[in-house]
Amino acid sequence: MSNIGSYEERLKGFDWDMAKEILGWEEGELLNIGHICSDRVCARGQADKAALIWEGFGGKKRTYTFDDLRVYSNGFAKFLLDRGLKPGDRICIFMDKIPSLYFSFLGVLKMGGIAQPLFSAFGDESLEVRLESAGTAAILTTRKHVKKVRKILEKLPELKHVIVVAGDESKLKGEEVFFNVEAAPRVEEFDAYEATPETPSVLHYTSGTTGQPKGAQHVHNSIWGQVLTTSWVLDLREDDIYWCTADPGWVTGTSYGIIGPWSLGVTQCVLDSGFTCVRWYEFIQDNRITVWYSAPTAIRSLMRDGVEPVKAHDLSSLRHLASVGEPLNAEAVIWSEDVYGLPFLDTFWQTETGAMMISNYPDMPIKPGSMGKPFPGIEAAVLDLKTHEPIQEPGRVGLIAFRPGWPAMFRAYRNKPDIYRSKFAGAPEDATPDELRTNPDLWYVSGDRASIDADGYYWFVGRDDDVINTGGHLVGPFEIESALVEHEAIAEAAAIGKPDEVNMEVVKVFVSLKPGFEPSGDLELSIMNFIRKKLSPLAMPQEIEYMEKLPKTRSGKILRRYLRALEWGEDVGDLTTLEDD
Amino acid sequence: MDEMKDVVLEYVVDEYVDEDDDVEVGFDTALISSGIVDSFSMVSLKVFLEKKYDITLADNEATPEAFNTVTSIVELVNKHLG
Repeated sequence: MSNIGSYEERLKGFDWDMAKEILGWEEGELLNIGHICSDRVCARGQADKAALIWEGFGGKKRTYTFDDLRVYSNGFAKFLLDRGLKPGDRICIFMDKIPSLYFSFLGVLKMGGIAQPLFSAFGDESLEVRLESAGTAAILTTRKHVKKVRKILEKLPELKHVIVVAGDESKLKGEEVFFNVEAAPRVEEFDAYEATPETPSVLHYTSGTTGQPKGAQHVHNSIWGQVLTTSWVLDLREDDIYWCTADPGWVTGTSYGIIGPWSLGVTQCVLDSGFTCVRWYEFIQDNRITVWYSAPTAIRSLMRDGVEPVKAHDLSSLRHLASVGEPLNAEAVIWSEDVYGLPFLDTFWQTETGAMMISNYPDMPIKPGSMGKPFPGIEAAVLDLKTHEPIQEPGRVGLIAFRPGWPAMFRAYRNKPDIYRSKFAGAPEDATPDELRTNPDLWYVSGDRASIDADGYYWFVGRDDDVINTGGHLVGPFEIESALVEHEAIAEAAAIGKPDEVNMEVVKVFVSLKPGFEPSGDLELSIMNFIRKKLSPLAMPQEIEYMEKLPKTRSGKILRRYLRALEWGEDVGDLTTLEDD
Repeated sequence: MDEMKDVVLEYVVDEYVDEDDDVEVGFDTALISSGIVDSFSMVSLKVFLEKKYDITLADNEATPEAFNTVTSIVELVNKHLG
């Protein structure tokens, strides 16, 4: 019997306080996620239980108990306060998936700071945009990545502390500070910050169609949504060995790669090395992993490598599989059931939602290729594209939307109240963020399209905007285009998502060149590597098409949607506003 | 063969390894499984090989395993050069 039991039964009389029952929560306890994921687990008698089984490249392996988590997160919390950082400060965590990433995340929360994790493969420009937007006061990084910080430090007056937590201390520069928490004196006692449910906790950046990435602000109250979904969808139990393959630079890696499992006192594994099929299967086999939460891109890559590597490993420990990041195609669900004996259950949610919203559940019949059904307590609908009224007819495509008010919902886009308001259909112009998120008559519109079948299952159709979903990560075309025109050869540029068998979409760009430049293999490579280093490998164009001139509206706006429609073989729509040649 | 190894190694070091990184990259250093080259960046490495040696590598050949070391990359390229 799964934790959720009957989905239909759970819909009846649902209450988010069921999360408190799962945690054994008592009134008056301290609601601080950092504390709940470490101190509280220890206080409940699990101090010596393994919390983190970590493996890095080259056979490095370490195991940390919940008591280690408690002490090392205390160490970070105390160190940050001693440096003069204060509750409410944005503290960026910019490193690979090393143990200190996890300790520092909890440490920042324990001292009342706002954790701002960023994907370590970001280039200096991607980093700068996000640190500037957040007004980040401190960055925790490693010697491997600190050079990207050095390039932009002068442009970030609010960034006062550069703290290097791993690598060669002797190679630090300027006012950089070194702090190795495992070598520092153990901090046995630390009074975690007295957070309220609405105290900001985590700031994750997400991309949109226009403008630079936006910071989705979450609060400590999110934990109730994360606990309940971890229990009912991921089905985690006390004796599980859990692996979430996501990087905490993205929301899955914090909501379900830290907060969900550790608040429940579950052991989790982290693999900090590149992807190869054999390495992943070895990791599952060696650690006897029972629950595996991964992404469609990885699953399709494993499919491509076939069944032989599966047979060569003992994967019999696996008992439950789930997936997130982009829609999981029916073939992948069927394949996983064939080769692993278990289907991957698709889950749908976003950076903004903070926790799973639509899912497939253990013990609920699966329709391969479907997103599943709304989580109990979540009121979902697909809205008519024009009227924003809920669609009643099965199969008709509309916008996925949710009634606001769930615990893990984001509370703001940092410094962008107008954009936050624009996410709510029917929002009054003068509504504050607090009014928006508590108004049961509004709909939060996700930006994705789907239909609902006669049985209530949701079926993903695609994005409602130009954001590119590549390998489960959202990449904003504007950010790529802005960087492309900084290349010496490029006059103008447009970026779109192009269909891809493994990654769902990859970045394709259309560029026109400045006089004196000609298309060539060397130029193509130069453009690719320029974007890879400046933004990130995810944003790197996988295909470049040269055009004499990009199609524009009469007002001079590049018609990105027209290019996308051509690429996808879709109707290009009304071209009456197209600029004349 | 050795010359090709040198060319590929030089490209990998120039593009994926920073001067002050603490890694020594040789012909048999793991590139993908170590994280030096991530799966998205493999595409620019593939483009480099295709342009440099005037070959076309199918997607099912450009796997993380085939791209994991300079030696395995050169073996793959040589298969195409006959």
